[in-house]
Amino acid sequence: MCTTCGCSGERPDDSPGFVLDLRGKGAAAAPPPPSNLEREEKSRRILLEQAILDKNRRIAERNRGWFANQSVAAINLLSAPGSGKTTLLERTVRQRGDALGIRVIEGDQATSLDADRIAAAGAQVLQVNTGTGCHLDAEMIERALAELRPARSSCLFIENVGNLVCPALFDLGERRRVVIAAVTEGEDKPLKYPHMFRGCDLVLLNKIDLLPYVPFDVRRFESHLRTVNPHARMLPLSALNGDGMDAWYGWLEREQTGS
Amino acid sequence: MHELGVVMAIIDTVVERCEGARVNRVVLQVGKLSAVQPDALRFCFDLATEGSLVEGASLDIVEVPGSGRCRTCATVLALDQPYAQCRCGGSDIEWLSGDELRIVEIEVQ
Repeated sequence: MCTTCGCSGERPDDSPGFVLDLRGKGAAAAPPPPSNLEREEKSRRILLEQAILDKNRRIAERNRGWFANQSVAAINLLSAPGSGKTTLLERTVRQRGDALGIRVIEGDQATSLDADRIAAAGAQVLQVNTGTGCHLDAEMIERALAELRPARSSCLFIENVGNLVCPALFDLGERRRVVIAAVTEGEDKPLKYPHMFRGCDLVLLNKIDLLPYVPFDVRRFESHLRTVNPHARMLPLSALNGDGMDAWYGWLEREQTGS
Repeated sequence: MHELGVVMAIIDTVVERCEGARVNRVVLQVGKLSAVQPDALRFCFDLATEGSLVEGASLDIVEVPGSGRCRTCATVLALDQPYAQCRCGGSDIEWLSGDELRIVEIEVQ
């Protein structure tokens, strides 16, 4: 089950990456829970006023500072499973890998299949497996950076776990968020997953080579996107046949030079 | 979704701040636009607190309604979802409230 969503209802006590084990956090000395009467008699309040995701935010800010210091253009790449993130990255690495100094952090629940594809395309890549977790968080990226050590002024893609819900909530310290949607998905995706589309800077509408075969109205999709996010740019492209990729490369080059 | 991860972050913070005492009550503020469902939080909370100093604590969730200001005409709108269209036709809305995701206070023994 996904230990973050808790979607299947099972106890995730045997998950490899994210284990629900609170031992060592006060559990060993914990007496049995008190009765309601005992609670009322003895309790005292401690004001916290703390953001729940504060720890992730702090690490994300540290990552952002490191990226800025090293002039690394960090791009968080997000989409539903199967929208074409890895295919887009493969083509981008093959055509611009050297010019942009592309490095990749691959986030998947399991396997190194995507990292193998990126390595075969010619980029330095690190696979991060989240086990049953359904998103990358800032701490995972901090650890990955220590291992991958992206060169100064490189372009770092962080391919998030394929999921349009959970990753929206977790800042990684990236400079830009790019969401990929495919014309084989519904036109209403921005309305159905508003948090994801609201927080992005650029939407790549992929698989436009399939437009003659699927009932997908690009203008309708763009109108839904504008409802949720009036500022995001949208670039239609096909990572398979290369249509529209030059505009994507232009956007990346501008990001890398900071203009 | 993702509420179990959020609950784990809550437990980490509460255990850090409870001064080693058993926790009776945790009070949260959860905004309507925060992408977190209170019911799912409650479900995960009972499961995830087992065996910790937070086990058996009650979880009080104060839900905060969403509101925003239209950046085109400055009208203030109630928001039930993360987007809206203003009467002026604008959809560029600055959120004023509703994205809260905070631990307000805890009660310990």
